[in-house]
Amino acid sequence: MSCNNKEARELMHQYLDGGLPTEEENKLRLHLEDCEACQQHFHELKRTITLIQSAESVTAPEGFTANVMNNLPAEKKRMKYMRWFKAHPVITAAAIFFILMVGGMLSMWNQNTELVVSKEEDLVIDGDTVIVPPDVVVEGDLVVRNGDLIISGTVEGNVTIINGELIDDPLENETLMASVGEINGEIKQVDRAFEWMWYQIKNFFRSLFTF
Amino acid sequence: MDEIIREKIKHVKKGDQSAFEDVVFLFQNKIYQHCFRMLGNRQEAEDIAQEAFIRAYVNIDSFDERRKFSTWLYRIATNLTIDRIRKRKPDYYLDAEIKGTEGLNMYSQLPDEQRLPGEEVENMELQRYIHQEISELPPKYRSIIILRYLEDFSLKEISDILDIPLGTVKTRIHRGREALRKKLRHV
Repeated sequence: MSCNNKEARELMHQYLDGGLPTEEENKLRLHLEDCEACQQHFHELKRTITLIQSAESVTAPEGFTANVMNNLPAEKKRMKYMRWFKAHPVITAAAIFFILMVGGMLSMWNQNTELVVSKEEDLVIDGDTVIVPPDVVVEGDLVVRNGDLIISGTVEGNVTIINGELIDDPLENETLMASVGEINGEIKQVDRAFEWMWYQIKNFFRSLFTF
Repeated sequence: MDEIIREKIKHVKKGDQSAFEDVVFLFQNKIYQHCFRMLGNRQEAEDIAQEAFIRAYVNIDSFDERRKFSTWLYRIATNLTIDRIRKRKPDYYLDAEIKGTEGLNMYSQLPDEQRLPGEEVENMELQRYIHQEISELPPKYRSIIILRYLEDFSLKEISDILDIPLGTVKTRIHRGREALRKKLRHV
């Protein structure tokens, strides 16, 4: 008892999928009335579906949700910061600006470790120390960077020492008080990053105003 | 329900973990059950269901809010189960059937602690038998039969979940039904 009507099988499945037009459905019904094999087949298919639907059902084990939450990756914390930054753009911009500024200043500070003197004529350089000899008169300003300064002669302008000290010549101080050097301008000594920064900023504004 | 989920997902996208906890709670049984039906094994089902939720969380930014979250979640879970089936090592599980026996698994080798009343045992056995037959189908038929008849998705939704054309879903469901009909006709 078998039926080779492929079309009927196809119609059965279409019917079970719920997409069979009325006309086709009537065709299937007529065939099923005549063909016992197809009737049996159709019945078995419907019964199969009912059986499938009675399959055992299970529920998630206890603590499933808590387990999932505990196993969420930690890298998402970075995302949290990212979200915070996105939510506060002004603070983020200010922070980035500040970091770049401080970083830039510090790297400039660290780069200049060589001894630099603004004028070298008639001055004596001994290692890290710059000496203004007794008979010399420096006309204009004197800037020494990354070195100490001993003045035995005369400086007409301002003296600025960055990352160094003004040293009184010990020998002359002890013996001959008369020949202590002379500075006719201001003395400025800068020896810390912060002060240096302040000096830079002041210079910047000064040049701005003189301009 | 859909509206609640949509709201929760919005919060998750903003970084609210506790909103995701609610999502997991709402879907845990469905996803665990889906994995269990696909894999036929509780331990693996738990691992894979957990993995599915974690993947969903990690990739939440790639989820398109105009689509249905459940469809997306089922797709992740189904793909993970199919991967697992492919990579399966020939391990022994208590749930697995012993070769050469009919419906006997490792559990039946353990001493019984409690006998259930006759009728309930029969019912349980039938359910288990059906489950067994479903999980012996090739994965591509299995997933469709499970989604259609146990989880009540429409054919269109199944085509979305599995990302295959509707016509393919129809062909596979026909074949899956025929295969199961042959196995279950004598029950």
